[in-house]
Amino acid sequence: MTKSDNRPAAAAVSRRISRSKMVRRETIIGWLFILPALLMYATFVLLPLLLSIQYSFFRWNGIGPMIWVGLKNYRTIMEVPDLLGTIFNAFRLVVWFSFIPVGLGLVVASVIHRVATGRFGTVARTVLFLPQVIPLVAAGIIWGWLLALPGLINQVLRAVGLGAITRAWLGDFDWALPAVGLIGIWVLLGFCTVLLSTAITKIDPAFYESARIDGASWFTEFVKITIPLLRHEIGVCLTVTVIAALAAFDIVYVSTAGGPGNSTAVPGIQIYILAFTEQRIGLASALAVMLMVLVLIVILPIQRLSREST
Amino acid sequence: MMKIGYGELFWGRALLLGLMAFTILPFISIFVTALHPSGTVPGGLEWPADPQWGNFVEAFKVANMTALLASSTFIVIAVVPVSLIISTMAAFAIGLLRIPGSRVLLSLFVFGLTLPFGGIIVPLYYLERAMGIYNTRLAIVLPLIGLYMPFAVYWMRAHFVNMPAEISEAAKVDGASTWDLFWRIHLPLARAPIASLGILMSVWTWNQFLLALVLVEDPTQRTMAGALGAFQGHYATDIPLLCAGTILILLPTLLIFVLFQRHIITALLQGAVKG
Repeated sequence: MTKSDNRPAAAAVSRRISRSKMVRRETIIGWLFILPALLMYATFVLLPLLLSIQYSFFRWNGIGPMIWVGLKNYRTIMEVPDLLGTIFNAFRLVVWFSFIPVGLGLVVASVIHRVATGRFGTVARTVLFLPQVIPLVAAGIIWGWLLALPGLINQVLRAVGLGAITRAWLGDFDWALPAVGLIGIWVLLGFCTVLLSTAITKIDPAFYESARIDGASWFTEFVKITIPLLRHEIGVCLTVTVIAALAAFDIVYVSTAGGPGNSTAVPGIQIYILAFTEQRIGLASALAVMLMVLVLIVILPIQRLSREST
Repeated sequence: MMKIGYGELFWGRALLLGLMAFTILPFISIFVTALHPSGTVPGGLEWPADPQWGNFVEAFKVANMTALLASSTFIVIAVVPVSLIISTMAAFAIGLLRIPGSRVLLSLFVFGLTLPFGGIIVPLYYLERAMGIYNTRLAIVLPLIGLYMPFAVYWMRAHFVNMPAEISEAAKVDGASTWDLFWRIHLPLARAPIASLGILMSVWTWNQFLLALVLVEDPTQRTMAGALGAFQGHYATDIPLLCAGTILILLPTLLIFVLFQRHIITALLQGAVKG
């Protein structure tokens, strides 16, 4: 009796043992699968990230001894207008790189949806997308030439009788930042348009049909249907473009290098100058840490808003 | 049927045509400018009396295009396959295997999604000097693989967790080992997302500028975008030649875009939505 009672129990125990053995095996194999990716990520991203934080508490010229200065680098950034100004410039770029492309992209996507559903719409989307695939450096060089004194922009202005306002746009203290912003619009408009336009086609057409039977204007349709139903995609566009603005480097470096004066200097450019031309590693790292925290602070609410149930 | 007035049709299409012109004209402007005699300063949109097609040949030579193409191709080939393999393996383990701590790991990777490259470029420079890979192509290759991990793992995991659980269970009942499950069953099913990810990472690598600028001094060891930066430094005053060089450097990406248009657009959009 006892023997026959024992047998299934023993089998269950040994099954449990082999099960736990299997689970342990799966754990080990799983970690082996993860290890290479984790190793690369840890070595070339997480370690430099921690070093950035460490450097930010020191004064260091890259060669000599590192001197602990506590929070002094952060205080310097808050107190020196040219350094703090880079963060304000980054936010001014958000208007050009993010708000305008997303807003205009929404309008264009809904216009395509209403008046150009066929071939014309497809061609328009592909053409607008073109600047997205070329290197940002190339975009900067192209526009550097277009916005120059003899360039296309001034030529067009002269042709329409606005010769009086022509100037070297990227060399003008007041106009350089909007001019850089224009490059951002050129690059990012197509991305927003195509993303939003793809999303519109997934909205149940019944919404639009009933609105159109009622003779709803483009504007009513836009505000009442398109914007609320595209909330998630608008959030995606905002996230991508806001990061592009706050972390901008390539376009600014090539078109203005932060000038004239500091009028287009953004954190990315200032970090580069501080670290690699002025050898102030601690200060550059403090600005780098502030930039990373800033991006997180701005992106998290956008993510939360767009993920909330509609 | 739908009621759309002629006025709206007209203004809507006019807006689209206007924006298309805004997108295309810059390309036409640099193309026309590139045909002017080297060293002159032409207008923005002015067909030259005597088109200098030789400028392209000249730019090809001074920019050392053969070396640049080879260097960029090498970097892409070194970065993309390795990134695909290790990120797919990690995503498979995080998404489908029961491993203690995998949630924490996932958040660790997700945390890297918003990280600006500028935030870590300074320590990366000193780290690579210490490792002895500064000013070699590895200086771009290794950090790029690391920097792509958050996005690549997140992207592939999203694919794996959306696969029906029955697939894995059935394979386990048949006695498949974890390796079989990965190699024979899930990898073949993941071809489409892997292809999209590969396209994305190739474009990003080709266009990478900051890492090339800071970590590699020799332009012929850089990516295309990095080399273009150096080219601009040297020929900023010779506008027709600069435009010719820019066009040459744009050409490969534009060509690839025209060929794989639909794939690239879909990949970039999915990438954004998932990321």
